[in-house]
Amino acid sequence: MSQDKQATHEPRDEAAVFHVHGVTKVYQMGEVQVHALRGVDLDLYRGEFTVLLGASGSGKSTLLNILGGLDTPTDGHVFYGGRDLTRATEGELTEYRRDHVGFVFQFYNLIPSLTAQENVAVVTEIAKAPMQPAEALQLVGLGERLDHFPAQLSGGEQQRVAIARAIAKNPDVLLCDEPTGALDSKTGIVVLEALQRVNQELDTTTAVITHNAGIAQMADRVIYLADGSISDVRMNLTKLAPRELSW
Amino acid sequence: MKALDIKLWRELWGMRMQALAIAMVIVGGVSIFIMSLSTLDSLYETRETYYRDHHFAQVFASLKRAPLPLVQRIETIPGVDKVETRVVAYVNLGVTGFADPVSAHLVSLPDRSRGLLNQIYLRKGRLVEPGRDHEVILSEEFAQVHKLEAGDTLRATINGRRKTLTVVGHALSPEYIYQIAPGAMFPDYQRYGVMWMARKPLASAYDMDGAFNDVTLTLSKDSNEQDVIDRLDELLKPYGGIGAYVRKDQLSNRFLTEELRQQETIATVFPIIFLGVAAFLLNVVASRLISLEREQIAGLKAFGYSNFAVGLHYLKLVLMIVGLGILGGIAAGIWMGKGMSNIYMEMYSLPFMIYVLKPKVIVAAAVFSMLVAILGTLYAVRQAAKLPPAQAMRPEPPALYHATLVERLGLQRWFSQPTRMILRHIERRPLKSLLTTLGIAMACGVMMIGGFQEGAIDHMVEVQYSMSQREDLIAIYTEPTSLRSLYSLLSLQGVEHVEGFREVSAKLQFEHRFYRTSLQGLQPDGELKRLLDTDLKVVDLPQQGVILTDHLTELLHIKPGDMLTIEVLEGNRPTVQVPLIGTTKEFIGLNAYMQREALNRLLKEGNAISGALLTVDERYQREVYGDLKDMPRIAGVVEHKSAIQAFYDTLAETVLYFTFVTTLLGGSIAFGVVYNNMRIALSERNRELASLRVLGFERREVAYILLGELGILIMVAIPLGLFIGYGLCAYLAFQFNNDLYRIPLVLGMNVYAFAALVVIISSLISALMIWRNLAHLDMVAVLKTKE
Repeated sequence: MSQDKQATHEPRDEAAVFHVHGVTKVYQMGEVQVHALRGVDLDLYRGEFTVLLGASGSGKSTLLNILGGLDTPTDGHVFYGGRDLTRATEGELTEYRRDHVGFVFQFYNLIPSLTAQENVAVVTEIAKAPMQPAEALQLVGLGERLDHFPAQLSGGEQQRVAIARAIAKNPDVLLCDEPTGALDSKTGIVVLEALQRVNQELDTTTAVITHNAGIAQMADRVIYLADGSISDVRMNLTKLAPRELSW
Repeated sequence: MKALDIKLWRELWGMRMQALAIAMVIVGGVSIFIMSLSTLDSLYETRETYYRDHHFAQVFASLKRAPLPLVQRIETIPGVDKVETRVVAYVNLGVTGFADPVSAHLVSLPDRSRGLLNQIYLRKGRLVEPGRDHEVILSEEFAQVHKLEAGDTLRATINGRRKTLTVVGHALSPEYIYQIAPGAMFPDYQRYGVMWMARKPLASAYDMDGAFNDVTLTLSKDSNEQDVIDRLDELLKPYGGIGAYVRKDQLSNRFLTEELRQQETIATVFPIIFLGVAAFLLNVVASRLISLEREQIAGLKAFGYSNFAVGLHYLKLVLMIVGLGILGGIAAGIWMGKGMSNIYMEMYSLPFMIYVLKPKVIVAAAVFSMLVAILGTLYAVRQAAKLPPAQAMRPEPPALYHATLVERLGLQRWFSQPTRMILRHIERRPLKSLLTTLGIAMACGVMMIGGFQEGAIDHMVEVQYSMSQREDLIAIYTEPTSLRSLYSLLSLQGVEHVEGFREVSAKLQFEHRFYRTSLQGLQPDGELKRLLDTDLKVVDLPQQGVILTDHLTELLHIKPGDMLTIEVLEGNRPTVQVPLIGTTKEFIGLNAYMQREALNRLLKEGNAISGALLTVDERYQREVYGDLKDMPRIAGVVEHKSAIQAFYDTLAETVLYFTFVTTLLGGSIAFGVVYNNMRIALSERNRELASLRVLGFERREVAYILLGELGILIMVAIPLGLFIGYGLCAYLAFQFNNDLYRIPLVLGMNVYAFAALVVIISSLISALMIWRNLAHLDMVAVLKTKE
């Protein structure tokens, strides 16, 4: 990548939190090469609630992981503010995740040996300006279940603990990978309400990936992915509340 | 407490059984290490203290007879600190109710004293009273085995005169920690003892009034041992001195030193094997634990925990388990060490035992275990942490397999699909397969040591006492005697065959190296004492020249054809040069042999003999003993068979215990390695195997895939283990070699078979336990979970 070419892709839009340019990702799965992303260009804006929509294998998880500093692209650049994440060292990526990003995973990834409150504390203990774990759990409606272990919580409750854990550090961005993927529609709605509330009350830039087109209706913007490329981008003029969504 | 530390404690509690199992392996390694080394340190410390407090002499010399005023000249030798002269007599004893020949050393004690040097440790009773001529103190073991208490009597033949002695006490002496009759290999408390008696009556009974025949010295700090010895030898030469020697060469001390050296070897070999296997197991288990937490690790990293923080977290977990093992190991090690030290105290004639636990032993055990754990864990953590978190959160990609070497060689069509799975799995993780094989092989090897010791001793005894020394009895004369005296022995009823031998103390020298031993003159066509070569064929004694024990030629760096300088230390003390003709294989002692007549000529004497070898009709054995005891010219009678029997009786216990320990150790290592491997293989391949069950495989077929792999590894491990075992035994045999005895490397088929069998049985037990687990494969879960 030459210097001048790189310079032309500096983020120009002041409101863009992420500026993604020409990102390609190739996985080696055993002896097979998988092209997960094929030259993706994308900007995400401050306070925006974005839904990345695509079928399984469309590359949306890969994109989210790269945004979150969990993975590095094979080619292309990802700017967070003025910082090029693709040039960051492992230590810098760790620091980036610690200070700026909140993650919500499809399978919650709670630590089974810790209670809801302790699971949140795992993150707040290393964050710069976190809220109290109890406060975060309050925000997702779990103020009464602080001392329950993951095994004592329903799937929806576990995912809300995961959301509380993600937001407790007051992250700049919240990245959610299929947050309702393992939940029934009723619990899914409760989880989405929690996400929306965080987005609105804390003004956290939120990106949710899903293969469920219904969820797209609550987003500010919907980005469609297919075969590792962005196939369409639509602004949502009439946002629906989670309970109005059709599943 | 930090949330991560809470996680640590909870998880530790959750896996407490598994953690305990790992900790137990560490406990095993650490405790054996601490037990062995603290026992050794305790023995060394106890010996030193005993020697120091009881003024164990530093130089020893025996002689024929010297007048007491000679002491003043000995005292003026530069470097000499204290001097004590004694009268020491080798006597025949009669113990009521015990018909076998019994001999003893009778040592003089100054009046109202435990001795100036080599002070006795009075265990029971009192010292001998001056003026009471018949009182003796017995060595404790001898008294105990014959149940002789104060007031009991025994009969002694001192210098041909009979005397009845009364026991007044039991004692121990630093000089006789290892109590062994002259020329014997093993202690035999029934047939040999030590007694202490007042000097005056002993001297008069032994014709030593105003004289002495034994002198011991201590040296001042900056003295030169060799100078003192040279000067002492010079002084004693006219009085029949046979050469002074230092503490290092004192018989009891030498045996003890050799024993300690053996223990040291064992104390190093066993813990290393055990901790090595523990390290491997820990690594295997830690790797599995960490790979099971792969997603949690990814999660932690996603939240911004660094690789270091994650590594530290798991390191803490492992170190807590190891710490538990170390603490347990230290406690068990101390307990076992104290017990072991006490066994040694009983085994050797030690009056007390100072238990010593050096901090460095504990530190070494702890550091080594920790290091092993840290290395094992860091490797596993690195494996988990080096993946980008996004990748770690996805299920592992299908492992990369290849057609194995045997398949590529064109044998593929002979293998079923499950067999191919087994072979490919082994080849995919060569290091793990290798370590597993090595672990099992080690277990197999360790178990051969017990059997090896037993077999080696059998072989030594067989060669020495059935093939080489074939006499029933040895009669030792008080003085060199005419060959004609053999006729009086032959005339005893029951004596079948008699051969005379001549034996003198001699210093053998080649170039600057020398060794002091006995030079034996044998009857050339003798049937009783025969010299054997390495193939156990009889070696003919040449008319001229000398034959040496093979190990002695190695010590002297002499080879056949070289001229050996022999300085005889008795009589007119001639020094001659004699060619070395050949060598003889001997496991016990180091000796020089020549024809008896040649030795007589060398000594410029007639047909003199020092003793006789006898074969006796078993029916008349008792009578022959009685007759020999009555012969004043016979100082002592040595009988091998009962001594060997007594030795086997005591040895049987030790060997049985040792075999038990090695078998337990080997068995538990084998079981630990096999079982842990199977458990982990089961956990790793749970889904794969459950899927096969869903597809219609029977439990038996699934078990084949899982157990077949270990089956193959075990089949490789057993021959390798037998090879390692052979190596271990060879190493021990080599380490145990010394001039007192050499341990032959003899490994019977039974030793190999036993080791292999224990490995197979341990494996079968593990397999059985896994077989039961296979019944619970969750087939429904396979269809549901996210992978």
